Amino acid sequence: MIELDRAGRSFKVRGKVVHAVRDLTFTVQPGEFVGYLGPNGAGKSTTIKMLCGILTPTTGTVRVAGLEPSRRRTTLARRIGVVFGQRTTLWWDLPLSDSFELIRHLYKVERATFRARLDELTETLDLGSFLRTPVRQLSLGQRMRGDLAAALLHAPDVLVLDEPTIGLDVVSKAGIRDFLLRLNAERGTTVLLTTHDLGDIERLCRRVMLIDHGRLAFDGTLDDLMATAPGQSSLEEVVTRLYTGANQ
Amino acid sequence: MCGPGTERHRAITPRRCQTIPLYARLVRYGFRKHATYLGAALAGAFTNSVFGVLRAYVLIALWQARPGLAGYDVTDAVTFCFLTQAFIAPMQLFGGGLTIPERIRSGDIALDLVRPASLQLWTLSEDIGRAAYLFLVRGIPPMLIGAVLFGIKVPAGAGQWAAVVAGLAIAVVLSFAWRYLLALSVCWLLDDRGVQVLSLVLMTFFSGMMVPLHLFPGAFGDIVAVLPWAAMVQVPADLYLGKADVVEALAFQVFWAVVLLGLGALGTRAIRHKVVIQGG
Amino acid sequence: MVRTYLLLVWTWTRSAAAYPASFVMMTLFGFITAAIDVGVILVVFANTTSLAGFSREEVLFLYGAASVSFTVCDTFVSNLDRVSQHIKAGTLDTILIRPVSPWLQLATDRFNPTRIGRIVQAGLVLGYAIAALGIDPRRAWMIPVMVITGIVIFAALWTLAGAAQFLLTDAPEVVNSFTYGSQQLNQYPLSIYARDLVAGVTYVLPLAFINWQPGLYVLGRADPFGTPEFMRFLGPAVALVLALVAGFAWRQGVRHYRSTGS
Repeated sequence: MIELDRAGRSFKVRGKVVHAVRDLTFTVQPGEFVGYLGPNGAGKSTTIKMLCGILTPTTGTVRVAGLEPSRRRTTLARRIGVVFGQRTTLWWDLPLSDSFELIRHLYKVERATFRARLDELTETLDLGSFLRTPVRQLSLGQRMRGDLAAALLHAPDVLVLDEPTIGLDVVSKAGIRDFLLRLNAERGTTVLLTTHDLGDIERLCRRVMLIDHGRLAFDGTLDDLMATAPGQSSLEEVVTRLYTGANQ
Repeated sequence: MCGPGTERHRAITPRRCQTIPLYARLVRYGFRKHATYLGAALAGAFTNSVFGVLRAYVLIALWQARPGLAGYDVTDAVTFCFLTQAFIAPMQLFGGGLTIPERIRSGDIALDLVRPASLQLWTLSEDIGRAAYLFLVRGIPPMLIGAVLFGIKVPAGAGQWAAVVAGLAIAVVLSFAWRYLLALSVCWLLDDRGVQVLSLVLMTFFSGMMVPLHLFPGAFGDIVAVLPWAAMVQVPADLYLGKADVVEALAFQVFWAVVLLGLGALGTRAIRHKVVIQGG
Repeated sequence: MVRTYLLLVWTWTRSAAAYPASFVMMTLFGFITAAIDVGVILVVFANTTSLAGFSREEVLFLYGAASVSFTVCDTFVSNLDRVSQHIKAGTLDTILIRPVSPWLQLATDRFNPTRIGRIVQAGLVLGYAIAALGIDPRRAWMIPVMVITGIVIFAALWTLAGAAQFLLTDAPEVVNSFTYGSQQLNQYPLSIYARDLVAGVTYVLPLAFINWQPGLYVLGRADPFGTPEFMRFLGPAVALVLALVAGFAWRQGVRHYRSTGS
């Protein structure tokens, strides 16, 4: 479903060339739930942008759902759903339900299918109480649920999440995690989750990739990850070791 | 002895000596705060200059049809045009420049009101700093463009320059006083957009910015000439062009400054009562 | 594409209509703000009967036509000049993940239906001028052509302004000189401007075709600068070329953003 082959992305910052992502190669099969970790500035956001077609890779190839994001951006857009944790994809000044209606039209979802899907999402994400509220008046947790629903209304094959639980309280986080688990298990949606929250990883991901300084530092199961630092018992310690270890 | 407390030439009473350093600091702060937006200011200067050029042609055409209109010659008219463009930023003729409205809406204004210093004077000091910066960065470029492309009049002699500087300083204070009153009104008006539109019309059309007030016909012209907005743009421009009696002009400006600042003081008392005492 | 545009516009309108008092008030304010420029023209003509060879009604005609074109654009596509804000806020990314052209989404972003007030104001001025002038009915066909051409040219200008902001992300206000400046330029007969400036806006950036060239035909006047008669009819062709150029620049701008990121 997602294939990167020696993908790279560099920027010119004040005259110097910065490699945000370098020689990135990995494959994600349909139905997988993958965690994508990395310290700040490691290249996580850059990878996400390349997957969505927002950024074109400078080297190598990227394919999502069999399409090259930079070339087939609009076609791909119908097959993937994106949630940016720090910005909303909803229309800020409009009620939530209006955003959903717009998405229905923009993604050309058939009315009956849309209704059924929206009802289901409203129930599982508990949106009923604030469907008519303007997005700018929603709390962070509510907005996040709204963003999730918005990303799934067109039943994408792939869901990409960029730090979706940032700033949320414990209860909200648990709710979103449960939702994502069910989504992946019941619908087989491929999920790529970037996060700083190791609780997300522990709870949700069978497979973890770790990116540091633009390179893939680790790609394997959660157990494999723990095995890289025998003697360390918490995921946090293991990951910290990998971050600081990779620096050397 | 206390020196001038602001970067502009102002008369000060001995009573204010202790607080001069504070307000001077605020003026500097206002200046530096706005100096961080150099890119935006230069872009604004560019726009002001472009509009100056376009408007100048309108006035030239008018003065070619009516030479000597309102006691100006063509060069006076062109100078007037670029002067008013230069005034746009420092006098904030299109409104804004104060953070008070948003602070009222967010409630942060309560913090400002419990300070042991006058809100109006505090805000005025910062605004003077802002105006000083914008005079430099957005006031000078249009004048230069006007000088290069058309040729403009320049005041002759130190005496006239002194009058010009005084006129400009009081105009800045006047503009502040008016905007301060509008800003305070946000506390009572749920929606201040109507007031904003009214102010826009007053500060751009009735101040003489868009077209000299001397051109306004009949009784209409007589009325607009004595309103406070005339003192913000038309009067300092006339002082620059040497078309106004200095004493009369400055007295007119000072009169309105005192009135508006006085209303501002009353307004501050009212808002303090509402916010701090009532918790509104 | 048109359906998507209308849908976006309608959603914003419906949202604004939920507050009818505010809607009416804001429309009225738009009307008043736009009237300031008319006020200036009236004051100018309180002091003269002719400006660069044109009467008050002729100037109001030129102003009205340009303003109708401008205000229609201002209402329907002007938010294109917020590209820079979107880039800085990161919201351009949220626009790019949708299967809809970014131009469409940006043009309708925060569509403000109360701007209709300005269109009405411009329309009234144009209507008054046409009535007062007694236009030759055989030439009146040019008026709607003129207005539509003007809309296309302004829309192209705004697209160019948005495209420029992909490069000028830190100084977006510069483009205002071109969009709003073009309106200011066309409020008065071009005969008031210097010959070089008029040549520039005829042959380089074709603003003269918004209302001046076609307007000369409608008013039955010769061009004080002596351009040949056939140029009065070039408006639509010029608008089309400019639109193509603007479309190209826009796509380049988006491509630039996607290849350099933010």
